[in-house]
Amino acid sequence: MADLPNTPLLDELEKGPWPSFVKEIKMAAKRNPMGADLLGQLEQSYREKIGHWKHGGIVGVFGYGGGVIGRYSDLPEKYPNISHFHTMRINQPAGWFYTSEALRKICDIWEKRGSGLTNMHGSTGDIILLGTKTDELEPVFSDLQKIDFDIGGSGSDLRTPSCCCGMARCEWACYDTMALTYDLTMHYQDELHRPAFPYKFKFKMSGCPNDCVASIARSDMSIIGNWRDEIQIDQDAVGEYADKGMDIQSDVISNCPGKCMEWDGKELHIDNSYCVHCMHCINVMSKALRPGKDRGATILIGSKAPIIEGAFLSSVLFPFIKIESPYDKIKDTVDKIWDIWSEEGKNRERVGEFIQRVGLGNFLDAIEVEPVAEMVAHPRENPYVFYEEFYEEDDGEEEEEG
Amino acid sequence: MVDVMKDRRTDFGPPHYERFLPPIIKENYGKWKYHEVLKPGVMVHVSETDAKLYTIRAASGRLISIDKIRMFCDLADKYCDGFFRFTSRHNVEFLLSKKDNVNPLIEDLKEMGHPIGGIGNSITSIVHTQGWVHCHSAATDASGVVKCVMDDLIEYFTEMKLPGKLRIALACCLNMCGAVHCSDIAILGIHRRPPKIDHSRLRKMCEIPNTVASCPTAAIRPATVDGNPSVEVIEENCMFCANCFTVCPSMPLNDPLNDGISIWVGGKVSNARHEPMFSKLAIPFIPNNPPRWPEVTTAIRNIVELWAKNARKYERLGEWIERIGWPRFFKMTGIEFQKEHIDDFKHAGLTYKRSTHLTF
Repeated sequence: MADLPNTPLLDELEKGPWPSFVKEIKMAAKRNPMGADLLGQLEQSYREKIGHWKHGGIVGVFGYGGGVIGRYSDLPEKYPNISHFHTMRINQPAGWFYTSEALRKICDIWEKRGSGLTNMHGSTGDIILLGTKTDELEPVFSDLQKIDFDIGGSGSDLRTPSCCCGMARCEWACYDTMALTYDLTMHYQDELHRPAFPYKFKFKMSGCPNDCVASIARSDMSIIGNWRDEIQIDQDAVGEYADKGMDIQSDVISNCPGKCMEWDGKELHIDNSYCVHCMHCINVMSKALRPGKDRGATILIGSKAPIIEGAFLSSVLFPFIKIESPYDKIKDTVDKIWDIWSEEGKNRERVGEFIQRVGLGNFLDAIEVEPVAEMVAHPRENPYVFYEEFYEEDDGEEEEEG
Repeated sequence: MVDVMKDRRTDFGPPHYERFLPPIIKENYGKWKYHEVLKPGVMVHVSETDAKLYTIRAASGRLISIDKIRMFCDLADKYCDGFFRFTSRHNVEFLLSKKDNVNPLIEDLKEMGHPIGGIGNSITSIVHTQGWVHCHSAATDASGVVKCVMDDLIEYFTEMKLPGKLRIALACCLNMCGAVHCSDIAILGIHRRPPKIDHSRLRKMCEIPNTVASCPTAAIRPATVDGNPSVEVIEENCMFCANCFTVCPSMPLNDPLNDGISIWVGGKVSNARHEPMFSKLAIPFIPNNPPRWPEVTTAIRNIVELWAKNARKYERLGEWIERIGWPRFFKMTGIEFQKEHIDDFKHAGLTYKRSTHLTF
């Protein structure tokens, strides 16, 4: 074991009640010299207030175009053990459930062939194996495939789909998020592993409008569970909440954005035709209220972080569809979206930006989806309409003849 | 190479999740009826079959060693038949069918230095990025700032004394791998100087048309420098997004003197009550001050405590600000409203105040 470098600044981050990443790096450094050099370089970054990683470098494993992020130190002579320090993205099991047996096997591989450092997990959802050398990439993949773990996405490809825990541990899941995530991941293996898009494309599956995976903010296609019939009410349980001190009027009714609830002190009435499915009443009275029985999802499209045209939230594509295997409607739509976007999209243009450039109306034409009022917050305010249909002088006569 | 290519397969995908579900979850899949938060970091889900599943949520630093994962594995073996999971915000969760195991497991986790909490009206772990630990474009560190902020706000993780949920996220540059733009509080690393062009390397490393096209404000144009093809930057048009750097490694923006942190507030992704919202700029710039970033932790605590003291029950930070109005937010927090707060990108006019609905 190499001696640890002197790191007075980082040592400050071993103090305090929150788990310390410095302690984690020091633990890894006990078994692998990469950790010691990482500490040395990071201490230098803390001293100089600047990072010391070079930009990119293309590395990968045979047959895959993504999933490995090349990373090189810009001080390789000083920190030779992290001169290469590549990241591997490993496709997580849906819902991030594990057995200790499976994770121990990953740890064994990463002890032998990498730095011993990980992210559980990356922002997109993958298991991140942080730091290995170019020579070890193929052997890591070889070892991982023996325990059935495959590589995730990176670059201009389908990024690793991810989801909330859904029906596995949540009463609000309006569809089986884990089943859909697994199915889409398997169906689109080629798109996941070989970048062929203008830019990245993300799916995120949330089981209900609480959206625990932030699908509406950071996925090109957001599939958010919803229902279209009546909220299930257990009036006795509502009464219990009131008896235990909940102020139904102020805590529940006055927070309802649809203003569709009334409470007369005995019974809760909901005019479901005005319910906007926000989840607040269900969240605060989970014993008394449940989503309806006619469940499915709202499909939204186009969210992303700011680069390049600004941050977007996803907007409605299908107000409600049933989510049932083999998910043909989703796959047909996705295929059409990818066709037009791959053909017409500019380099580094996300689907949301593409839609804004060509217009949602034109985009809908291209993917053969009819416009509906649920797709907009309100109709246009400006009169600059690209009318495509108009009368010709003899239109009427032709119609009469026909 | 021969050895690793033997029996090689590709595109087999992740292992099926069913292999990792504990029996109680398999038996009650889709049958959960309701849940209750029993105490900070502990909840119980009750099934239509009357089965009860106890979840214990503990903080985890996201950047963890295999040693720590093995320790989690040991705990899972000891208390919950080897099953556990991670959340979308980097917490670790243990799933117990035996209630008697709840408190012993909590004690073991605390002993290991992993606080219990992050459920209900609390601050849960901070979604964050790589920072100086592993990224070339970071304008600040990620893990270090997160550690400092959560050390300071720990009481709001381990207790449930806030009006509603508060979600913090950190991205170490505008690429926002952490997609922080819809967080109650977003900590965002920013550059403030234009790219420094390395003309000698640019010729070899970058495609000039791609580099020019990458700029959202058309501030980059082709130029001949010392007789060689390169690019030039119209500096007054540069807004430091670093998209050019992503496309062309010879245009770094990193600058220790001018890189730092901006703070954004009032975003949310949940549809509960108010529709999802973007975070808005609260503090345009705080210099990097490692290792403890005291100006950042103080600024965030100030915002959190004002909201906690003044918001109505369930009101998220953005909902509270919308009710009281932004002028009052700036007055109450003592944050000076400056030119930088006014949007000047596309559709900026939509963010101007276009009514007389003002409070005095």
